[in-house]
Amino acid sequence: MTQEKPLTEAIPLDGQALSLRGYEQAGGYEGLRKALHEMTPQTVQEEVKKSGLRGRGGAGFSTGMKWSFVPMGTDAPHHKYVVANADEMEPGTFKDRYLMEGNPHQLIEGLILAAYSIQADVAFIFIRGEYKLAQERLAKAIAEAYAAGYLGKKILKSDFSLEMVLHISAGRYMCGEETALLNALEGKRANPRSKPPFPPVAGLWGKPTIINNVETLVNVPHIIAKGFDWYQGLSRGRDPGTKIYGASGKVKRPGLWELPMGTPLREILEEHAGGMRDGMRFRGVLPGGASTDFLVEEHLDTSMDFIEVQKVGSRLGTGTMIVLDDHTCPVGMTSNLISFFAQESCGWCTPCWSGLNWAKQVLAEMEEGRGRPDDLEKLQFQTKFLAPGNTFCALAPGAAEPLQSALKYFHDDFERHIREQRCPWRA
Amino acid sequence: MLTVEERQEIETELTRYPTRQAVCIDAMKIVQRHRGWVSDESIRDIGELLEMSPADLDGVATFYNLIFRKPVGRHVVMLCNSVSCWIMGYERMREHLISRLGIQFGETTPDNRFTLLPIVCLGACDHAPAMLVDNELHTDLNADRIDRVLEAYK
Repeated sequence: MTQEKPLTEAIPLDGQALSLRGYEQAGGYEGLRKALHEMTPQTVQEEVKKSGLRGRGGAGFSTGMKWSFVPMGTDAPHHKYVVANADEMEPGTFKDRYLMEGNPHQLIEGLILAAYSIQADVAFIFIRGEYKLAQERLAKAIAEAYAAGYLGKKILKSDFSLEMVLHISAGRYMCGEETALLNALEGKRANPRSKPPFPPVAGLWGKPTIINNVETLVNVPHIIAKGFDWYQGLSRGRDPGTKIYGASGKVKRPGLWELPMGTPLREILEEHAGGMRDGMRFRGVLPGGASTDFLVEEHLDTSMDFIEVQKVGSRLGTGTMIVLDDHTCPVGMTSNLISFFAQESCGWCTPCWSGLNWAKQVLAEMEEGRGRPDDLEKLQFQTKFLAPGNTFCALAPGAAEPLQSALKYFHDDFERHIREQRCPWRA
Repeated sequence: MLTVEERQEIETELTRYPTRQAVCIDAMKIVQRHRGWVSDESIRDIGELLEMSPADLDGVATFYNLIFRKPVGRHVVMLCNSVSCWIMGYERMREHLISRLGIQFGETTPDNRFTLLPIVCLGACDHAPAMLVDNELHTDLNADRIDRVLEAYK
């Protein structure tokens, strides 16, 4: 059986965006037509809930469940919002850019369906400032969708109306956190908000708001058009659907592949990424972006789905993997990751701004040959303070993941830096 | 003072959002597009238009990577320093740019042609190392390619 790739099969191979016409010919906007003419908002929510779709931005929360928290009916607040989180800035992650550049209408349709299911009247696409090509293609596609009657008043002659705004951010990793994103949209510093209340109840300007990742949303038109049964059949693992996996680092063929959810890690790295470059050995991998725990050789047979990756002590995250080879220093890599998180911390919570800067300095000195005997203890100590429960948002706990797992799997490399007072990978 | 053009562009943004403050990031980007950066005077002018204090607006301005509160050169080079690029040779690219341009991060060349800045992951990890020049993405960098790319920006 040929493997289905609903999210990417229509994307042109020449680097151009799929046109509106091309999208319609591939079945685009049929899900929207079906939803508006044959389904209630509740049945759209039900279908997505039954599909088992889980958020692709990193956290893996049930999409249908998230939608079901929004107050519905005539007593519900006026003005509800949906937001596509297109602030892709997790180091090592490049899937949403591909999806938006290749098929902007697919995201627009997914966002309209999300809006219909919670009866939102305004939709935002929150895109990072650096993604210029994706911005241009989305702006053009939104204009086309208005002209074709997929956006605006009385969409496809139904009673449903929706306005869509492309918001181009000014760049900061924090904006990917959903409550920080809301503050950014309101024209504030992107600090996270205290939860509860959660955005589905009180979000943008205090109104019910749903925020979904780009890859999450592009699944929705297919689920609505073809049904939850079909969607579940796409997977090889415990979670449903397909997944855009990616690999970067010193593999032979870095790239992105849409594969059945649950494809084993080894198969992705060896068959799709082509294995390691000649003369290099695999040492470890961050399976889903910078804020996931390292996995090593013994984990290569793990199925890449939310449940199985969690079982071996990491997270599926964004599903885009960063590979560590034996010619690259694991301490240097950890130092780079922690410097990133320390820089991007918004400064709101002490364990995050203070702890990460402390860890950053310890790691930098270790790399420069000034490591001290108690450094590993200090770093271990920091991972406990950075852990969940001590901060408003997931930035610090996310930063702790590569750090704690590097200390575990590359312990000897850290010790060698301290013992030899130098980085063995630097001449 | 804001120009008529800047003011009109900001007014257009105001029609898309329910509060004036929501437009402040767009407003600063509009001014930056016209003038290259956002000066103290512009902060005061935009603040007045959007009913925000200069301190509040500056708090927002300094939070985001792409708003420049100092003058920049004609072209802004942003080199990705995140993990995939680091593995694929970021440090060599940094050293090449620093010696080629004769400036450190945060500085502008004496002829005002280039400003050099670091940037976080550009989502081009399968074609690392990567950089932006004036928001145009350049990938699969090596020293030769960097030299060729820079030549095109006069």
